[in-house]
Formats: sequence, C-alpha cells, structure tokens
Amino acid sequence: MAEPSVVDYLHAPSKHRGPLSWILSTDHKRIGILYLVTMSFFFSVAVFLGFLLRLELLTPGKTIVDPQIYNELFTLHGMIMIFLFIIPGLPAVFGNFMLPILIGAKDVSFPRLNLLSWWLFLSGGILAVVSLFLPGGPVDTGWTFYIPYSVRTNTTVIPAMTAAFILGFSSILTGINFITTIHRMRAPGMSWFRMPLFVWSLYATGWIQILATPILGITLLLVIIERLFGVGIFDPSLGGDPVLYQHLFWIYSHPAVYIMILPGMGVVSEIIPVFARRTIFGYKFIAFSSIAIAFFGSLVWAHHMFTVGMSDTGQFIFSLLTFLVSIPSAIKIFNWVATMYKGSIALEVPLLYVLAFIVQFSIGGFTGMMLGALSINIHVQDTAFVVGHFHYVMFGGAGFAAIAAIHYWFPKMFGKMYNKRQAIIGWALLTFGFQVLYFPMFVMGYKGMPRRYYDYLPQFQIYHQISTVGSWIVVLGLLIVLHNLITALRKGERAEMNPWGGVTLEWTVPSPPPVENFVTVPTVTTGAYDYSRYEKKA
Amino acid sequence: MFSGASSFVEKTDAVLWFIVGLSAIVFVGIVVTMIYFVVHYSRKKNPHPTNIDGHLGLELTWTLIPLVLFMGMFYMGWSGYRDIRSVPDDAMVVRVTARMWQWSFEYPNGVQTDTLHAVIYTPMRLNLTSMDVNHSLYIPAFRIKKDVIPGRKNVMWFKAIERGAYDIACAEFCGLQHAYMYTKVIVDDTMSFNRWYAAVSEKQGKKYESLLTPKPVPADSESYQ
Repeated sequence: MAEPSVVDYLHAPSKHRGPLSWILSTDHKRIGILYLVTMSFFFSVAVFLGFLLRLELLTPGKTIVDPQIYNELFTLHGMIMIFLFIIPGLPAVFGNFMLPILIGAKDVSFPRLNLLSWWLFLSGGILAVVSLFLPGGPVDTGWTFYIPYSVRTNTTVIPAMTAAFILGFSSILTGINFITTIHRMRAPGMSWFRMPLFVWSLYATGWIQILATPILGITLLLVIIERLFGVGIFDPSLGGDPVLYQHLFWIYSHPAVYIMILPGMGVVSEIIPVFARRTIFGYKFIAFSSIAIAFFGSLVWAHHMFTVGMSDTGQFIFSLLTFLVSIPSAIKIFNWVATMYKGSIALEVPLLYVLAFIVQFSIGGFTGMMLGALSINIHVQDTAFVVGHFHYVMFGGAGFAAIAAIHYWFPKMFGKMYNKRQAIIGWALLTFGFQVLYFPMFVMGYKGMPRRYYDYLPQFQIYHQISTVGSWIVVLGLLIVLHNLITALRKGERAEMNPWGGVTLEWTVPSPPPVENFVTVPTVTTGAYDYSRYEKKA
Repeated sequence: MFSGASSFVEKTDAVLWFIVGLSAIVFVGIVVTMIYFVVHYSRKKNPHPTNIDGHLGLELTWTLIPLVLFMGMFYMGWSGYRDIRSVPDDAMVVRVTARMWQWSFEYPNGVQTDTLHAVIYTPMRLNLTSMDVNHSLYIPAFRIKKDVIPGRKNVMWFKAIERGAYDIACAEFCGLQHAYMYTKVIVDDTMSFNRWYAAVSEKQGKKYESLLTPKPVPADSESYQ
C-alpha cells in the first residue's frame, strides 16, 4: 500500500547516525518513540517495586524487607508511576506521535522545544534514579512529601523534589506545544468540531499542564528553601503551616489526575467508533465534557484534605464540587456505551481493553462518590479504600487506556502487527488479575486498614493475601503483553495501512508514516468519525 | 440496621450502602447494556452499522438524573458529617498528644495513660496536638478520624454505644514505626470506669473526682477546631 518513493520515519536519512539520530531528532514521531522507550523502562521499574510491596504484605511482620525499605519502596513506586509514567504518559507518547497526524500537520509547532521536553524528562528521571544512591538513602516520605515529615527525614528529599521540579517543566513545555499546534497547525477544513476527540482531550490536558504545574514547581521550591535556609513557610517549628503545604500540593496534584485520565478518555473515544464502525454518539458532549473536567477539576483539590481540620464551609463546598466534577465523566461513559448501539462491532484487542477501561473506570468513579461523601470520607480517608480507588482510576483507567492505545496504534507506529491470540491472553490475565489485586482493598479499607502500613493486624491478612496473588497475575499479564509486542517489533507480520478500517487521518498515511506525515496536505471535508460508507446502501 | 460501636456507625454505613446500592444498579445497567450491544451488534450479526450522531433528550436525561442522585449523596454525606462535627457541650474532655510513634491521653486531673478509657453512652471530646510530624487519630470501629498536626489544635468526639476494646490507629504516614502506632480505646460502664479512674489517679498521685457530672469545658478548648 505504501508508496515506495516515500521514506518512513524509522528509516529516514539523518545528519546523525545510530542512537544520535534518535536522541537529537526533532521529528515528533521519533520523540514519541523516545518517550515510549524511556517510559516503558520507568513503568517496568515501578511495577517491580509494586510487586515487592505486595510481596512484603503477603504475611504480617517481615516477609522480605525491613520497614525503612518498605517506606522507600512505596514512595518510589508512587513517585515513578506518577511523575515518570502516568502524568507524561499518554500525551508524551501518543500525543506526540499522533496529534500532528490527527489534525493533518507535518509536526508540532515547536519541534525543538519538543525535543527539549524529552531531554528535561530524561534529566528528571536520571536525577530521580541518582538520588537513590546519594548519602541519606532513597526518599521515604510518600510521593506527597508531606511536611513536617519531609523537612525532618534525613533521606534525599531535595534531589527527589528537584527531579519532580524538572519533570514539571517538561510537562509545561509539552502543554504549550500541543495547545499552539492545535490552534495553529490544523489542516484546511479541520475545524474545531471536526477534530478527533483525542485531540480535544489533549487540548484540555494542555491547559491543565500550563496552569497547574507551575504551582507544584513553586511549592517544591519553597520546601527546598525551607530545608536549606530554615525559612518558616510550612514547618510549624519555624512558624510555618503544614496545612498550607497540603493545599498548594493538591492545587497541582488534583488537576494532575485529570492530566492522567483525560488523554485516556480521548483514546477510548477514538477506539470505540473504529471498532463499532459508526460515528461517535454525542461528539460535542464528549468534547465539552473534557473542557468541563479541566475547569471543575481545578476547584476540588481540598477533597484530599477532609480530615485536616478545614472550616466546615470549606468542607461543604469541596464536597459539593467533587460531586459536580463527576458528572462530565458520567456523561462520557454513557456516550461511549451509546456509541456501540447499532454499530457493527469487531471485538479486537484495543476494544477489549476499552471495555475493561469502562468497567474499571466506572468502579473507580463509584468509589469516588463514596469518598466524596463527607461522612464516609472521614472514615476511609488514608485507608486501603483510597488506594483501591485511585488504582482503579489510574491503572484500570489511564493505564488500561495506554495499553489500549499501544495495541490500537502499534501497526501504524511500527508497520508491524502483533499476535492477536497472545494479546487476548495477556488482556484476560491482566483484567482478571487487576480485580483480584485491587478489589480487596475496598473491603479492607472500609474495615479499617490504613494505607502505607508495613505491617497489619491479623484480621486483614486474608485480603492482603488475595491482593498479593492478584499482583502475580497482573505481572504475568504484563509480561505476556510486553513479550508479544517486542516479538512483533522483531518479526511481526507487515501491517497494512489501515488494518482496523478507521477513518481518522492517521489511517490515510502509510504504516509507518513518512517523515513529513503527508505526501500532500489533506483537506478535511467531514467530521472525524464519518463511517457512512459502511452503511447499507438503500 | 447498621448499629455499631459508636453513634456514628449507623448513619455512615447507611450512606455507604445507599451509594453502593445505587452504584450497583447503574453499574450492572452499564455492563449489561455494553455486553448486549457487543453481542447483538457484532459484525457477524450486523454487518452494516447505523450512524446516530446523538440525541439531546438522552444527553439531558443522563446529565440531570445523575445530578439529582449526586446531590442526594452529597446531602447525606454532609448531614452525617455535621453530626461528627457537633461536639456536645457536656462531653468529657481528654487531651491527646501524638508523637513518633505513640499516643498519650491526659485526663482533666492530670492523669496520663497510653490507652484511652471511655464511658458508654457518654460523649468524649478529644483535643488533639502533635509533638513532631503529622499523625491522624483513627478509630475504625467508630468511623472517625482526625489529623493531628503540629501547630494546630484539632478536635474530634465520639459517643460509644457498645462496651469493648477497639483499635486506635495512626492513619497519616509518620515514618519508620507508622504501622505500629496502635493503641486501644476501652469502653466501659460508669462503675468500671470510675473504679479504673480512681485507681489510676491514686497511682499517679492525682486527685480523683468523678468525670461523669458535667464540667465546664476547659477555657482553652475554644481554640480547638
């Protein structure tokens, strides 16, 4: 199918050779792959740490490590998963690779800035790794760095925070790049309401990245100043207020969960129409719900702090807004399900992951309601219930969306197809293991099992053991997925230009795409999901 | 229906099961519909799709119905929370001091203990302070928790309605021995409590006076939130 005269981006000539032609490339597709590789590395490390955490909790008392190591393990698991995998995650990999193609552009607006973002990402990642080996030992504060503990511990808090600070800049620059690209680089005829919904979700995400991330940067800087120079900002022994730290931290970190999930929702909105062969149901409602989530999501941060002793007015408002912000998410779920109505559905691997996403994200949403209700929150805050909730949303939602995305776009990105049978086995293990791993956390959390506990009372053992067994199934599933994709890279069958029968622009270019994406710049004449050609001819 | 060790259990559990019940109905609805569509409109059975752009009525329905339900859930949660915040004036007052990694309870006559003793059906008010880092006093069986933060004066209260010994845990990560910062609250009847209180007062050389006749709240309690 591919025109032989066009060189694809994987084999494009470059002034550099070998690895340099990648790490110095300003091609958005190569940068996307760079992120994919670095992020897969960090993801694997964090999965391994999570695996060790669960193993430690298999029996009460010491199973494999001492409490200090355990505290470092859960801190690093959280930090790596959040700052090095799930926040950059979908936008940096699939946003970079697909965004320009989806809107008919040759690249992002600022290709060099884009490369700088990756270098910042890599530097932050390396600093985080180096900090593990500095005197003091790995940071043990939890990924939230709550004060005063984080100004008292002797572990390497400052390098770890500096790493998060640098990663923040990477995120801001990516956001700026995407927003500009979406405003300025759309192909002729690609009006706002003809854009694929993944692009809408990246647009909403970009604004959060730009507006919220600086607050994290400032906060981390203030902590570093406090630790180095003894200026009392947050530490009560210097006259500061530890609750102020929590407010500033969550003003960023709550919107950040929408940085994580919005692009995942965008991926789901791409995949369902393709495999149902019909147009998306309620395009504008899905598009605007992304914007609504970005807006309302910026106003609910203190629901992470319902037990700190805020004013009752504050509690009232933040609980109310928390319920309101869940409405746009509910709208999306209903529209996705409605998109399958009267479709012509092929149950391929990406759709299987999307179905699992809908199930898990719904459970995450419902348990979110329970957490948003004040009286329940007072009981389950800081318990395993919260851990279960955010893993259902972040892993069962955003994580599964990322795995759906790689299975969906893999043939386009690499021009190869993976083994579908093996992919389905991987999916089945992963989805089953996921429930075994995380569902018991809701039960033990409600029964009073606090989080970040090295040890536990005997009545919680059964739940911990079920959960640990689940972690083994999940790891096995992930290994099969990884093995399948790597095998496909090496000796997979050649993929067609449009293996799924999609109608968005990436399926109109060869697999893998040529360096400049389009031989001739496309002119767009229909909405993103025009599947009328598959309808029965009257 | 959901009675438990403290006066908060019934209401909190009722809100939980209300939301769980509603969620289960909606969840089953979503999953069954999804599976039905996937099977019924599979490409084999239905080779030609029908394109439907949307439906305003449906969109409004599934926006407004959740809105109403969510407001109901919000109100129930808020109403339970109001009780948790309404400290009775006649509550017995105990000062709680948290440090890495132990709890200390101080009764009005200066008696200090490392387990909390409470009287059944008698409201108990805890004035919370921390000596070092953030902690959180959590009594799962009572469905209550409050962070204990250095430099802040937080307050919590409960009324136990079943005799027994219940776990007190620390719920905010506080370092190496965080998972071992457990103690107990022992709920007894009036006579047993008085006997214990008299004995412990004598042992620590403090003057015994019954705590069960209402006393005015200590002057500085006003500043606790």
